[in-house]
Amino acid sequence: MFGVLRAYVLIALWQARPGLGGYDVADAVTFCFVTQAFIGPMQLFGGGLSLPERIRSGDVALDLVRPASLQLWTLAEDAGRAAYLFVVRGLPPMLLGAAVFGIVVPADPGRWAAFLAGFAIAVVISFGWRYLIALSVGWLLDDRGVAVLSMVLTTFFSGMLVPLNLFPGWFGDLVNALPWAAMVQLPADLYLGKAPVLETLAVQVFWAVVLLGLGALGTRAVRHKVVIQGG
Amino acid sequence: MVRTYFLLAWTWTRAAAAYPASFALMVLLGFVAAALDVAVVLIIFANTTALAGFSREEVLFLYGAAGLSFTLCDTFVSNIDRVSQHIKAGTLDTFLIRPAGAWVQLTTDRFNPTRAGRVLQAAVVLGYAIAALGIGWERGWMIPVMVATGVVIFAALWTLAGAVQFVLTDAPEVTSAFTYGSNQLTQYPLAVYARDLVKGVTYVLPLAFVNWQPGLYVLDRDDPFGTPGAMRFLGPAAALVLALLAALAWRQGIRHYRSTGS
Repeated sequence: MFGVLRAYVLIALWQARPGLGGYDVADAVTFCFVTQAFIGPMQLFGGGLSLPERIRSGDVALDLVRPASLQLWTLAEDAGRAAYLFVVRGLPPMLLGAAVFGIVVPADPGRWAAFLAGFAIAVVISFGWRYLIALSVGWLLDDRGVAVLSMVLTTFFSGMLVPLNLFPGWFGDLVNALPWAAMVQLPADLYLGKAPVLETLAVQVFWAVVLLGLGALGTRAVRHKVVIQGG
Repeated sequence: MVRTYFLLAWTWTRAAAAYPASFALMVLLGFVAAALDVAVVLIIFANTTALAGFSREEVLFLYGAAGLSFTLCDTFVSNIDRVSQHIKAGTLDTFLIRPAGAWVQLTTDRFNPTRAGRVLQAAVVLGYAIAALGIGWERGWMIPVMVATGVVIFAALWTLAGAVQFVLTDAPEVTSAFTYGSNQLTQYPLAVYARDLVKGVTYVLPLAFVNWQPGLYVLDRDDPFGTPGAMRFLGPAAALVLALLAALAWRQGIRHYRSTGS
């Protein structure tokens, strides 16, 4: 539903300016539905992790005494959820887009491989970001404010609302270098074959490592900080 | 009924204001989150001068008018969404035995005054667009009418969505696709959408009367889909019909409600 409306706006824009940002109309529509498919697996509107609720309720005490890393444990849980949501929430919008507008389907298996690799890394990046947001509850005790902030940053700077190649000038360059671009814009460009494969994957791996690294540091810090609540 | 409404809304407002810092932050964040949609419009118009034949200020005008109606309803009516939770938990019973209408109680249920940030944002955009387009009173008189029409249409939609949940208890997502989807649909000139879709939102679900048809009058433009000029003034009538339907559906829903729980 939302994807269809977004697609019409993008079509109107590309009809006014054909070839804008290196896309043609079909690419723009495809971009719209491919990114729509990312919403569920990457939880782009925020949430997906039970950690904030567990910190608030005090259940996190149990997680911390388990003989497994809290971060990897949560990552495993999230990756499973993402795989399930990719099938259930990801494929239907793409099929809908293909049925209503017709979308570009790459014929080259190499491009599919690049896209799936990029998508998998993007899920990890999205986890890394949401995990950091979740950890902040250890200090803030309430996740509503940061959740809205995260949603604003993620939807806007990832290309979810408009493709990042529409952002003008230096602002566009800046936005393209941020981790949110690596979640949505880069894997979508891999799907469309608009990005150099190895370079793009390298940027994604860089952000995945940075965010997971920060998450690991945060996990260590939260161990000393977290207040176990409940009676 | 109006007095009860404001009494209940005020009670929840006082509750929310008990944490002033969090309250202020939520108003501010609501403002910022809503401003994202405007940022999208601005980015689109950084790349083009006209979208489906409409200029940036005209799109912002349509956006602001629909946004003002929608955010007002989002603040004052959307709490009715929670009716599905109350049906599932069986807590709707307590609403029904209180000496006030169920609709009034549910629309003020956990009334959230921090949404005022979004209302303010839409009003600012609308005000800017009116000033930038230099709209005078000879056509501008329609603006308060269209905002009021929009409020009635969105309120009726939310009420219908609430009524449907008596039947589809487990599907609040289905109905929110309609309420929030309507908001997204009305943010842009309907000229960008396909003809069949526009027909649907004109004659079946009268969303075209929120801002599109009266907006064409205010902007003094012809409908690219070629509807006659008289359509510009049908908004209040369409809103009334939808409101009556919504009221009927809501009464049916309440009447057929069967309590759950032990």
